Amino acid sequence: MKEFPYSEKKDTRSGFGAGLLELGRTNPNVVGLCADLTGSLKMDAFQKEFPERFFQVGIAEANMIGLAAGMTIGGKIPYTGTFANFSTGRVYDQIRQSVAYSGKNVKICASHAGVTLGEDGATHQILEDIGMMKMLPHMTVINPCDFNQTKAATIAIAEHDGPVYLRFGRPVVPNFTPADQKFEIGKAVMLNEGTDVTIVATGHLVWKAILAGHILAEKGINAEIINIHTIKPLDEEAILKSVAKTGCVVTAEEHNRIGGLGDSVAQTLAKNNPTPQEYVATNDTFGESGTPDQLMEKYGLTENDIVAAVERVIARKK
Amino acid sequence: MNPHNKSVEELKQIASQVRRDIVRMVHAVNSGHPGGSLGCTDYLVALYFRVMNHNPAFNMNGNGEDLFFLSNGHISPVWYSVLARSGYFEVNELATFRKLNSRLQGHPATEEGLPGVRVASGSLGQGLSVAVGAAQAKKLNQDNNLVYVLMGDGELEEGQVWEAAMYAAHHKVDNIIATIDLNGQQIDGSTEEVMSLGNLRAKFEAFGWTVLEGNGNELEQLLPVLENAKNETGKGKPVIILMHTEMGYGVDFMMGSHKWHGVAPNDEQLEKALQQLQVQEASDY
Repeated sequence: MKEFPYSEKKDTRSGFGAGLLELGRTNPNVVGLCADLTGSLKMDAFQKEFPERFFQVGIAEANMIGLAAGMTIGGKIPYTGTFANFSTGRVYDQIRQSVAYSGKNVKICASHAGVTLGEDGATHQILEDIGMMKMLPHMTVINPCDFNQTKAATIAIAEHDGPVYLRFGRPVVPNFTPADQKFEIGKAVMLNEGTDVTIVATGHLVWKAILAGHILAEKGINAEIINIHTIKPLDEEAILKSVAKTGCVVTAEEHNRIGGLGDSVAQTLAKNNPTPQEYVATNDTFGESGTPDQLMEKYGLTENDIVAAVERVIARKK
Repeated sequence: MNPHNKSVEELKQIASQVRRDIVRMVHAVNSGHPGGSLGCTDYLVALYFRVMNHNPAFNMNGNGEDLFFLSNGHISPVWYSVLARSGYFEVNELATFRKLNSRLQGHPATEEGLPGVRVASGSLGQGLSVAVGAAQAKKLNQDNNLVYVLMGDGELEEGQVWEAAMYAAHHKVDNIIATIDLNGQQIDGSTEEVMSLGNLRAKFEAFGWTVLEGNGNELEQLLPVLENAKNETGKGKPVIILMHTEMGYGVDFMMGSHKWHGVAPNDEQLEKALQQLQVQEASDY
């Protein structure tokens, strides 16, 4: 099992803020919109340096999505910022009609996704957003795993002409991916090559998968670990190639098991190469108040849950 | 500069032709929304044939020209007819309205690439936000042209409209001219019965807009209002026109009732309507 050294833990939302600031300096068409959460989204640096290209919308997310769609018509590349719940569920029809169906080049940037938002509780912890967004035609769905990858993704999506849902979170997590990485939309990242099981993880669960990989190695299980930062379009080729070798797969995500990464992987496998699969995801439930670590444990999203899923799925191998 | 710049008499002839298109389009597929389309015909004809600086050689970004957004997308027949007759696409394509594989979807869309349409609409309440965003992009681009948006009156029941209204005033988006089609009707009845809109002038003024008002079916009255609206832009406030129209205007049996909101005429009713919509030189598609 490979080592993934890191010098510090950082939040993925700060990766977004850093990426947006850098983009502001290199791409004059990039504009930022925020619905009264500028500090939480780490958009304040962009706001300060480019006040003429930053638009405070107030607590009016539906309007923000429409404004962003309109701004693309003059050639702007709008990045909207609010919590994941208010970025998706609250404004689904606005995204559907004015952005996705209209093919608009809007980047919907969503922080505080999943249960790791913590103490605010279920009203703010969305676990259905990946599903909602991936079902929209034309929409690209990205859930990077750490600060560096979120920064790289934020910069990369400006070059992609079309709507993007970029999902990130609140807590600090190990910042282990390279600072100089080239972010390729739709391209899986092979973290560790293995032979016994494929672990496909996204977002905060990528680090948990690495921790699980070490535990599994001690048990003599050689896990192949893939970081799927792009859920749509899914890198089917990478997944199929891996399961052809390992014969089983565990998917891991901070999202409802219904409609998330796991279902996308299952669909790919059902169509091409039916393979035993276990899900590490929330089980059709809302979250609740608590610390991020407590919630990850209660809702079954830890490295130990991944290890248990791996053991179950290996037992199912033919 | 408007590419057509028609006289009032010419605009009336065009409006009558557009009304013929509307009733024929909805009759052909036995679906669509003739009432609001007929009521807004004079406004759209005025914009595309006289008022707006626009380029029928369509460019999505619309830099260097005025833009128009239709928020109440269900009155697509009037917009499609006006777009075709002002040069955005062949008039004959109106015959494909609402049919399979057509660019003329039931509600306006960009998916099929119909020239003239810059955003999908139909789900109500979204067009003002889009138009305000487009207006701000124009400011960023140092483009002095204007953005027009039409909304229905029933549509004002959508909360997003008021989010956008508050935003536009706060951000001093003064290069937009919104228009409300005040026909007083919606699907379930009159707006008074369904959800009274109250004093719209006071509401928009309280939101920080410059409010103009006028008749939307008499071109001699409408054109000066549109001209005044232009004069009110660039003064730090968004501009809105409360445009009084009659749903179904031009076809007597379609007027004055919400019943023709989304119902197509039968063969006999079509003949009767066309008899009322006379044009000196009819050029039906």
